[in-house]
Amino acid sequence: MMTIMTTTTRIIIPLAWVALIAGCAAAPSAQEADQATQAIMKNSFREQGIAKLDRIQQDELQQACSGEKPPSEATAKRIEAAQLATVQWPADGAFLGDWREGEKLAQNGRGMTWSDPAGVPSGGNCYNCHQITKAEISYGTIGPSLYQYGKLRGVTDPAAPASAEMLKYTWGKIWNAKATNACSNMPRFGHAGVLNAAQIRDLMALLLDPKSPVNAQ
Amino acid sequence: MSDPMRIRAQAQGSGAVVRVLMSHEMETGQRKDAAGKTIPAWHITEMTAALNGKVVLSGEWGTAIAKNPFTEFVVKGAKAGDKITVNWVDNRGDKRSDEAVVA
Amino acid sequence: MKAPALALAVSFAAPFGHGQTNNAPSAADGIAQYRALLADGNPAELWEAKGEALWKQKRGAKNVAFSDTCDLGKGTGVVKGAFVELPRYFADTRRVQDLESRLLSCMEAQGYNAAEIAATPFGRGEQLDLEALVAYVSAESKGMKFNLPQARPEERLMFEVGKRIFYFRGGPYDFSCASCHGEAGKRIRLQELPDLTKNPGDGVGFAAWPAYRVSSGELWGMQRRLNDCYRQQRFPFPGYGSDATIALATYMGVQGKGSVSIAPSIKR
Repeated sequence: MMTIMTTTTRIIIPLAWVALIAGCAAAPSAQEADQATQAIMKNSFREQGIAKLDRIQQDELQQACSGEKPPSEATAKRIEAAQLATVQWPADGAFLGDWREGEKLAQNGRGMTWSDPAGVPSGGNCYNCHQITKAEISYGTIGPSLYQYGKLRGVTDPAAPASAEMLKYTWGKIWNAKATNACSNMPRFGHAGVLNAAQIRDLMALLLDPKSPVNAQ
Repeated sequence: MSDPMRIRAQAQGSGAVVRVLMSHEMETGQRKDAAGKTIPAWHITEMTAALNGKVVLSGEWGTAIAKNPFTEFVVKGAKAGDKITVNWVDNRGDKRSDEAVVA
Repeated sequence: MKAPALALAVSFAAPFGHGQTNNAPSAADGIAQYRALLADGNPAELWEAKGEALWKQKRGAKNVAFSDTCDLGKGTGVVKGAFVELPRYFADTRRVQDLESRLLSCMEAQGYNAAEIAATPFGRGEQLDLEALVAYVSAESKGMKFNLPQARPEERLMFEVGKRIFYFRGGPYDFSCASCHGEAGKRIRLQELPDLTKNPGDGVGFAAWPAYRVSSGELWGMQRRLNDCYRQQRFPFPGYGSDATIALATYMGVQGKGSVSIAPSIKR
């Protein structure tokens, strides 16, 4: 309760009204806004083509990474560990495929949208966010440059034991980028089923094969 | 009946700058629809611009001209109050004529 | 969607403020020059002319004109300055509405079925009239600064909801609007991305739509722009004029307060 003293009368105003009387509209509480958001997200979308409504049912990672601010360090570490556990390593230990196919995949931005037909393989969409070869000038800058990726990391012979750790790290990045960076902008290509192991092998070759234009030019 | 052209004619120096925006699909006849069928060519074949009834510009247009084509040209000797008339004919025989006064 | 690599031989000293890596500056300058050349003779003007005629024409089962019955926030029939104050709260519908959902309300008053029009695919039927109307209405605010009202609790709620939706990560790519539009100086391929969490500058981002897209010869309103964003984010389909789209527009419009509208603009 708030009491206003005037010279002649005493006015008692319930505290809840004070904000309204103050003249400006009260900002909604965080809880109010969260609830309204949930309701609006539910009511605003419909399924179309292969894009079903389960796509906006967030998993724990998506929820944690949906704030203006990143989650706490502890939460981030927990998420990364859980994501790392999802990585499926190549069965026969063959990490590298064909860099020529990898380049085609990196250029290809198709797949997974509601205008894409079901069952058609997706591309990696890599050039949307990354520089990769020197020749391709139409590249994005949302992610770091991958030009000379293998060369800069000293991978001169992918089959050598010294290269094993970098091959593993790179495979993990493409399979599930959130394993090493909880709220990364990079999609979880393997984990989300966007790319399969054979496709990821080809992208690995694009980045790590010494003969790939990424490293050779 | 196609949408009207937008014509702006501005006196400038000893003439007038005329800007024309035409509304036309300008289909080249090279595209295929979702079913794989060729979309038939449909484009302007001739256009003219006249100053007070006298043709000052004519063009034979084909498939290289873009959809909703924009044309800009200077007409020597045109002054404020003069009438600019632009005409076009397309390969289906449709035609359009619009006019504007030089400002 | 792949942007063609434009290798224009002309090097053009166009203002381009972002930090660039190796090959980018000349390509980006070339694109800037291309856009400058396109700027005159914007085909959006054809839509504007059509929209003006539609605004003044008696239509629908009730045979009334927008100019006599439609309030876009500044009074019945008032178009000038309305666009830069949308979305806003409307007492008659008790909703915060953007331009397109408000036009739907006004079309309903003319006797049209708003739900049917909202379900009509872009570029067909009455959606074509909506394109013309948004071109006309936005043109009547060209050069004015965005100044969305945030006085009402409903407006402030939509802002807060819009902010949360902006950061909402989902779909198989885990994308939110912020994934691409949450940071300055980034681009997809050679397409610069405005930072929509703040005012990205005059005529940029929220201040550049509706726009004529040269690549498809189509006029896109903000609803279509958001729709295609969600498609590329691998999300499901946002309903035309849905609250999510209105909330996002509210967030972007408020964050872009003071930026000058150049709509309807021209895009590649």
